[in-house]
Amino acid sequence: MNAPLSFNERRSLAPMRERLVVIGNGMAGCRAVEEILARDPARYAITIFGAEPRVNYNRIMLSPVLAGEKAFDDIVINGEDWYANNAITLIAGDPVAAIDRASQSVIARSGRIEPYDRLLIATGSDPFIIPVPGAELAGVVTFRDLDDVEKMLKAAEGGGHAVVIGGGLLGLEAAHGLSLRGMAVTVIHLMPTLMERQLDEAAGWLLKSELEARGQTILTGADTAEIVGDAGHVCGVRLKDGREIAADIVVMAVGIRPATALARGAGLQVERGILVDDHMVTSDPAIMAVGECVQHRGACYGLVAPLWEMCRALADAATGEPSGYEGSVTSTKLKVSGIDLFSAGDFSGGEGAEDIVLRDAARGVYKRVIVRDDRLVGAVLYGDTGDGAWYFDLLKKGEDIAPIREALIFGQAFASGGAQLDPSAAVAALSDDAEICGCNGVSKGKVIACIAGGAHSLDAVRGGCKASASCGSCTGLVETLLQLTLGEEVQSGPKSLCKCTSFTHADVRRLIVEKGLKVIPQVMQALGWSTPDGCASCRPALNYYLLCAWPGDYVDDQQSRFVNERLHANIQKDGTYSVVPRMWGGLTTPDELRAIADAADKYGARTVKVTGGQRIDLFGIHKEDLPAIWADLNAAGMVSGHAYGKALRTVKTCVGSEWCRFGTQDSTGLGVRIERMTWGSWMPHKFKIAVSGCPRNCAEATIKDFGVVCVDSGYELHVGGNGGIKVRVTDLLCKVATEEEALDVCAAFIQLYREQAWYLERTAPWIERVGLDHVKSALFDDPDAIASLAARFRFSQGFMQDDPWAQRAAGADAELHQHLAEVRPFPTQAILEAAE
Amino acid sequence: MIREPVTGAWLDIGPVGQISPGHARTLPVAGGPDESREIAVFHTLEGRFYALVNTCPHKAGPLSQGLVHGHVVTCPLHNWNISLKTGEAQGEDRGCVPVIPLKVDAGRIYLLRAAVLGENRRAA
Repeated sequence: MNAPLSFNERRSLAPMRERLVVIGNGMAGCRAVEEILARDPARYAITIFGAEPRVNYNRIMLSPVLAGEKAFDDIVINGEDWYANNAITLIAGDPVAAIDRASQSVIARSGRIEPYDRLLIATGSDPFIIPVPGAELAGVVTFRDLDDVEKMLKAAEGGGHAVVIGGGLLGLEAAHGLSLRGMAVTVIHLMPTLMERQLDEAAGWLLKSELEARGQTILTGADTAEIVGDAGHVCGVRLKDGREIAADIVVMAVGIRPATALARGAGLQVERGILVDDHMVTSDPAIMAVGECVQHRGACYGLVAPLWEMCRALADAATGEPSGYEGSVTSTKLKVSGIDLFSAGDFSGGEGAEDIVLRDAARGVYKRVIVRDDRLVGAVLYGDTGDGAWYFDLLKKGEDIAPIREALIFGQAFASGGAQLDPSAAVAALSDDAEICGCNGVSKGKVIACIAGGAHSLDAVRGGCKASASCGSCTGLVETLLQLTLGEEVQSGPKSLCKCTSFTHADVRRLIVEKGLKVIPQVMQALGWSTPDGCASCRPALNYYLLCAWPGDYVDDQQSRFVNERLHANIQKDGTYSVVPRMWGGLTTPDELRAIADAADKYGARTVKVTGGQRIDLFGIHKEDLPAIWADLNAAGMVSGHAYGKALRTVKTCVGSEWCRFGTQDSTGLGVRIERMTWGSWMPHKFKIAVSGCPRNCAEATIKDFGVVCVDSGYELHVGGNGGIKVRVTDLLCKVATEEEALDVCAAFIQLYREQAWYLERTAPWIERVGLDHVKSALFDDPDAIASLAARFRFSQGFMQDDPWAQRAAGADAELHQHLAEVRPFPTQAILEAAE
Repeated sequence: MIREPVTGAWLDIGPVGQISPGHARTLPVAGGPDESREIAVFHTLEGRFYALVNTCPHKAGPLSQGLVHGHVVTCPLHNWNISLKTGEAQGEDRGCVPVIPLKVDAGRIYLLRAAVLGENRRAA
């Protein structure tokens, strides 16, 4: 572009020009120089210092180099001829050691001194090394420059295991490259969601599934404790939970920090980055800064697009026509071939923000746009990123999207289609043989015929022609067809699980099993949840449904538990907790009572009360003291009473034939056996049992979820009682002759309730909804039903009967009980003390 | 709600890894203007951090013990939904709890000192 200058021209021009020294031969430094040259090629005599002994290359293309898709020569931006042609002196491999602002010169490591009139700092950023033991071992590399890539390529020659610490953009690109080079790759990510700064939980889960399908091991929520070495070279990574992963190379890709040491040393104003104004000038008017090392209006950037905008503003100012940089909105794409992922703007919701979510389970597509005040403020796209650029454009321009809001989520082709602004128009335009329901092969014509035949609700259509009766991803289409065909006459269907979905509890339970859905984000994706991570209604319900469907397999999601079930105690109105140890069948011993009394004293229980379920409740315990009081109670042989859970609460008994002159059977003994069998089981709602030794029914068995009334000839088993807001007396289920039969029917009934009731539905409303006949038929029609239901219950109990108090007393989830820290203010300062 | 640029001294309350996403942890403040003042620091499922005074505007429930979804926490006592961004009750409920300005830098959480100590109201 610029005509080459001869040596003589350079000599003669040099003294007249201002001397511009650039620290940093990277993308920002060179781009700034290019921009200045494009405006005024004769203004400056330019010297560029580079720490790496090579010409300027495109750092963001290192990932394709690692993956073998590109060679170094392909990613060079400016070769040696560019420096020569523009009379730029390149000092590569001799980094600047200090800036002397008084004499306006920089001093290189070799001792070379270079005076400047204007100085440009473009030092970029440094990879952040997490301070764990072993971080200094050979074989631990970062992913920042070509040297790092070469180290990785060398390690990959021998195959073996690679561990990448950090599941962000850079880490995943490194993992992809190493995986393609034949290494077995494990990604360790501290957060539960990959790329959590760019992706929400739903998109993060899709990404994780895809990477796992490609053979990578992805460990989220994994905190590195130590990098393990052997003879000075890395050989593995140990996590805080004790797991160890073999590693021949460890790539540290947890993040970057602006490289500000030089600027700080020179006394420039530095916070997180070097502070610059809108013209990229630092606190010293002779010194400018640009790129990842700067902090502009409070923001630091680690992406390439803002850098180009900064360089334009810098060049305008440096050539006497200041324009100003106003900050950037950024977008992200993951450079992993075959994975389409796009993220831009703010997706954290917020005041007045509204989510529009579109999921297509069959194609693995998740699209979410965030709208505030009729403006697009964020977008997350997975699986179909074709409209990423369009959304980003709308976002940057802040265009009013009100006119296209309805169709926005369907993309540009649809939203810009003029006459088709109404999404129902597109459905109306479909031909009669267009397929609506892929699962059941139902065409639009068949759906319309079904509606015309009298199916006036979604449920009726599902029942009539099977459309949307399987995976449900075409529910929206069917609803639109109902609307188009019937207008106002559409009958609303049964109540959905919550506002996040149009599926009912029954649908969700059935589909979890049918489709083998194993974790919450998977359910939300497959069933087209309309919110990114659910709400306080659906999360606990899904957690329970998954726990019930996949015993031993599903990992309980603490984030989906109400506080009582998370802290294994009952929260009270003042924020303290009450603690109820289990008393099997209402029996206790002097030793247990002494331990309870001691615990009440030691932990300051302000109230001690005998409960309706025949045990003792200690009130006023602080959450920090819970593990300690549990340890004390455990030591006396007691376990959690689950008085706080949607779970088996207590088995109330009377004394029975052992003492009572009316007793017909050993009701206390049977109560203890039943409680030993059922404790610890999670249920749709709380579950109470009682055993009375005779029809006088002192244990009030006929208002319990499951009640046993002993008679001379055996045991009457009652179900569906409730002593709550609406008192309901039990229905007699059956009569059995032996304790063993009573235990089997109890286990089978509980399992039927666990598998069929809706979350937060007690047995009483459940039986009223489905009818006692349904329950009897499910238990007794098939002679094997009792045995198989009871077997499923006992299998599940094998995983449930693990005292949660003992786990916490042993230190599990300690952070749930401890304060983060404590603040103790003094007159002039605040002192912060760590909790531990 | 924070409308002005936030300036002042920041308190480093430790690394982000101390709070799992979807959870909150507490920070008691001794000797401040309120007895038993407590700050709740939240980590949402989307990886954002927020801090509120740990007291529901309804019946003073400990918000730190609530269920976190989106940018909202549901109070454990009576299911009020409180915005983590503004401290305001959502939906039909009316009430607001003070927001403590928070920033995350290089993997550590910082809270605005004056707001933690409850001095912002005196200054205002």
